[in-house]
Amino acid sequence: MNKKSKLSFSLLLDDYRDSHIIKKIAERIDQSIAGIDRKIRIMEVCGGHTHIIAKYGLEQILPETIEFIHGPGCPVCIMPKERIDHAYIMSLEKDVILVSLGDMMRVPGSYGSLFDARAKGADIRFVYSPLDTLDIAKENPDKRIVFFAIGFETTTPMTAALIERQIKESLKNILYHINHVTVPEPMEVVVSEDDSNIDAFIAPSHVSVITGAKIYQPIVNKYKIPIVVSGFEPVDVMESVRMIVQQFADNRAELEIEYKRGVTTEGNIKAQKMIDKYFEKDDFFRWRGVGDIPQSSYRLRSEYSYLNAELIFDLPDNSIDDHKLCMCGDILKGKAKPFDCKAFGKTCTPGKPLGACMVSDEGSCAAYYRYGRFNKI
Amino acid sequence: MCLAIPSKVIEIDHEMNSITVDTMGAARSASLDLLPEPVEIGDYVILHVGFAIRKVDEKSAIEVIDYYNEILADEQEE
Ligand code: SF4
Repeated sequence: MNKKSKLSFSLLLDDYRDSHIIKKIAERIDQSIAGIDRKIRIMEVCGGHTHIIAKYGLEQILPETIEFIHGPGCPVCIMPKERIDHAYIMSLEKDVILVSLGDMMRVPGSYGSLFDARAKGADIRFVYSPLDTLDIAKENPDKRIVFFAIGFETTTPMTAALIERQIKESLKNILYHINHVTVPEPMEVVVSEDDSNIDAFIAPSHVSVITGAKIYQPIVNKYKIPIVVSGFEPVDVMESVRMIVQQFADNRAELEIEYKRGVTTEGNIKAQKMIDKYFEKDDFFRWRGVGDIPQSSYRLRSEYSYLNAELIFDLPDNSIDDHKLCMCGDILKGKAKPFDCKAFGKTCTPGKPLGACMVSDEGSCAAYYRYGRFNKI
Repeated sequence: MCLAIPSKVIEIDHEMNSITVDTMGAARSASLDLLPEPVEIGDYVILHVGFAIRKVDEKSAIEVIDYYNEILADEQEE
């Protein structure tokens, strides 16, 4: 059959999930790895990839010498408790409607989750698109709407687009609590540590659609480490692993794009301009479990500080430690696996998460719990 | 948080700068506020939290599919 005709769902999906293709790529990996006599530890930065690897059991299909290390790319998992507390506090203020994306719901802060705040009477709405906030604001002119903005470079331009529309429509009642973090800085933190055991990166799909692959080039240059930007389907991840192994076989350390149907070197310039218009880099962001990382997040530009909820509400600025048992920090840095945590599957489950890595589907602990995979030792 | 499945443009609303897309049978709307390139009905786009963020590059998508088909053809010959 000639598939050259036209793109279709089945072409864009079935082929990228085809178990025969996955097997074939695995064979090619076996061939190119034959001459390489060392372990290759690949960090998949994005929680979406962690989920795919767990769901399809990809580590089991790969040679023993390939190990996945699960990176910090889960926006909910890296949110420090004190900022979840901010959301909790603001949601219980008078005449406030707190709006966020669904993933935030169950993350435990020190007072509880937003779910708990809602049980106490807070008006919290979860939206599919940030732009849905406009309707909420119009329907509730006497309320203050606080948009609790989360996510990497992938969702930052959407918050900017919301601000742009709000200003255009002269809506006065939307405020912002910004928690937009960036990908390259934590990658550099994990790879630069003295005991770093990361040999290569699989870089995120959607972040890279926005930023372009160019943001990873400095890391490749400085640390001589292969980085492949991968798509989301299991075949994409397998092919990205093959490209990394091939780099080791050829003694190369380069930036490559596997996800060519979505990612270019330059990225989405329009979205990048939107980010620049409303945001600037903040001095540092406290990553849950990892600590302070300089220049790793965005804040509103000072022209827009009248929209900044952090300046309007009285919010504590203390850092709050995680549960003593929780090893999310080490897991996010690739130094531990969920099985190493004593609470895993016992006192910590997706229904009652103790730490953030168990909350989101994209968190490593939740992925391990859900799929019970990764049992290769 | 990331929806990986590409969606097909089935309607364009110029006034709202938005589109209706079909994601494997489910219709939803998406904003064009962040999309740099123009879209036409029948194009595939990548969505993220209610926004189209990129038109699927048809040429490279088909190239990759052809490459996978070659891999599979290898299998059948063996
Ligand atoms: S299992 Fe729970 S407590 Fe343990 S590291 Fe994971 S999230 Fe933290």
